[in-house]
Amino acid sequence: MSFVWIVPVLLSVVSAATPLLLAATGELVTEKSGVLNLGIEGMMLVGAVIGFAVTMTTGSSILGVAAAALAGAALAGAFAILTQLLLANQVATGLALAILGTGLSALIGKSYVGVALTPLPKLSLPILSGLPFIGPILFHQDFLVYASFALLAGVSWFLYRTHAGLVLRAIGDSHEAAHAIGYRVVAIRFAAILFGGLCSGLAGGYMSLSYTPMWAENMTAGRGWIALALVVFATWRPARLLFGAYLFGGITILQLHVQGLGIAIPSQFLSMLPYLATILVLVLISRDSAKIRLNAPACLGKRFHATG
Amino acid sequence: MLRLEPRGEFSRAWTYGSPLLAIVLTLITTALIFAILGKDPGQALYTFFIKPLTTSDSASELLVKASPLILIATGLSLGFRANVWNIGAEGQYTLGALAGGGLGLWFNNSHSGLVIPAMIVAGVLGGMAWAAIPAWLRTRFNANEILTSLMLTYVAQLILIYLVTGPWRDPQGYGFPQSEMFNDVATIPILISGTRLHLGVLIALLVVGLAWLLLGKSLVGFQLKVLGQAPRAARYAGFSNNKLIWFSLLLGGGLAGAAGLFEVSGPVGQLTSQISPGYGFTAIIVAFLGRLHPVGVLFAGLLLALSYLGGEAAQIDLGLPGAVTGIFQGILLFYLLGCDILIHYRLRFGRPRTTLGTAARPAA
Repeated sequence: MSFVWIVPVLLSVVSAATPLLLAATGELVTEKSGVLNLGIEGMMLVGAVIGFAVTMTTGSSILGVAAAALAGAALAGAFAILTQLLLANQVATGLALAILGTGLSALIGKSYVGVALTPLPKLSLPILSGLPFIGPILFHQDFLVYASFALLAGVSWFLYRTHAGLVLRAIGDSHEAAHAIGYRVVAIRFAAILFGGLCSGLAGGYMSLSYTPMWAENMTAGRGWIALALVVFATWRPARLLFGAYLFGGITILQLHVQGLGIAIPSQFLSMLPYLATILVLVLISRDSAKIRLNAPACLGKRFHATG
Repeated sequence: MLRLEPRGEFSRAWTYGSPLLAIVLTLITTALIFAILGKDPGQALYTFFIKPLTTSDSASELLVKASPLILIATGLSLGFRANVWNIGAEGQYTLGALAGGGLGLWFNNSHSGLVIPAMIVAGVLGGMAWAAIPAWLRTRFNANEILTSLMLTYVAQLILIYLVTGPWRDPQGYGFPQSEMFNDVATIPILISGTRLHLGVLIALLVVGLAWLLLGKSLVGFQLKVLGQAPRAARYAGFSNNKLIWFSLLLGGGLAGAAGLFEVSGPVGQLTSQISPGYGFTAIIVAFLGRLHPVGVLFAGLLLALSYLGGEAAQIDLGLPGAVTGIFQGILLFYLLGCDILIHYRLRFGRPRTTLGTAARPAA
């Protein structure tokens, strides 16, 4: 029996996992600072359409990717103003962001529907890409895939190895105490929210520039929400995020290949798999409520306002 | 410099003023967007918000569009009060349409007056069943209902597509993803002939009245309010959190299911792959704009229904993309949430008079 088919399958797992990993990494930082931004789906969609539009107009995918990230950050900025300065409810504002992003992306993308684009170029890492089996899977990818690993490693290092990361976590766990010591809670949360938006925008850009190099309304199909679930699944730890994103990448790809194996299931039922799997992992992780309480940032979703 | 000063107690005037301010800001922003899209803002605003109200059937059309929003948002608003975030109403709407509509298809060639009542019951039960899943997962396994109810919306949409492209597809439908049309026996009765005003509209208005009674006069309404505003007090008072989670989700799901059934067995007339222009999500905005109060929801539902009608008119008359409706709705919610700060705080210029550095806790 030949296993030649397994390399393209694993390649597609990497592509399916990358947007989840990018978005979830950003959200992890936001949530670690004590802010729950439910609007990932909206930021991803706007990132996707802006990235696509800028790449189409300028012909530069680098500019496209940068624009996607900035677009995500811009929406996140609106969220930050509302939740941090105007003390709006984070859940409601996040929902508003998701709704607004969906509408905004549909409006901007109107003239790009059905247009195809050359996908981001694959970059082969010298020597490593020549390795048998894992070479083509891990070291012959576009730069956003490498960026997703680098980002996760960077975030992990930042959160647990730097003073600034410690401050960020402290604010997420007790904003009153952090404020009393003299840390600027609102400013730091603002930055964490913007970083989350940047990552969501990148994730969206990956969707429209590499995963399926085109724009379609609602093309993220719930990935922003799955990324949110991944952060819970990972119990707010970066390493587990990597595992979760690749697990879900695998499930997404599984549905495409099950039919190829000659198993007769209507495609709609296979398409349900990622959503059902999200529910399943949420249940498995959340049933132990002590685990969630111990790991979740204690101030997650709470308002903070200091006078004086 | 500009700063926020706690009011001490919330401002009743701004509770109602904030939605109005948000609407004005949204209109200004929408006019700007129209201008950016190269349309005359005045004419575009007229087409969007005034013209739909000037036709002979505008009142009935507005009510027809508003009734699903009002039904769903009434249910959601009670849950939101208790911090039960059911955002999967779109899925519960779909399951209601499938359960009730499926029954209608089954008895489509019968002649019983019981078909319609049975469809309504099935629609409500379908929505409730779909909402029961996040309720169970939340109360039994502590799983976040925001994510589970939303994931189930995607699943519901896929079930719908499977059914209308597979087992329930109309054999004479030229392969379109739709069921056969409902015969009269399975069509929701029209209240005033010549209009599309159907029984569901009347029921939506009744539900508003009942919800108002429930919220203002019943123990469960009181418990929902306390749970949302002072969870600790609710716990000391011995209110069962789990019971209220079940109650809000089943109520929200049932009403969303009813909305779905009325829509397919009324204005749509069959099951198709497109049975909702996002009513379940728009209803979230309606609930907030209506101050989570049934009467407010009624007015907010009418306004948001107007944004659907206006979106259609703008598409036909001005060639504006349909997505403008979504933008309007999103911006409105954004402004509303921002303006709500004025309920608990007042804007002040200059430095604070006292130097007391106490951290305020709004709506703790």
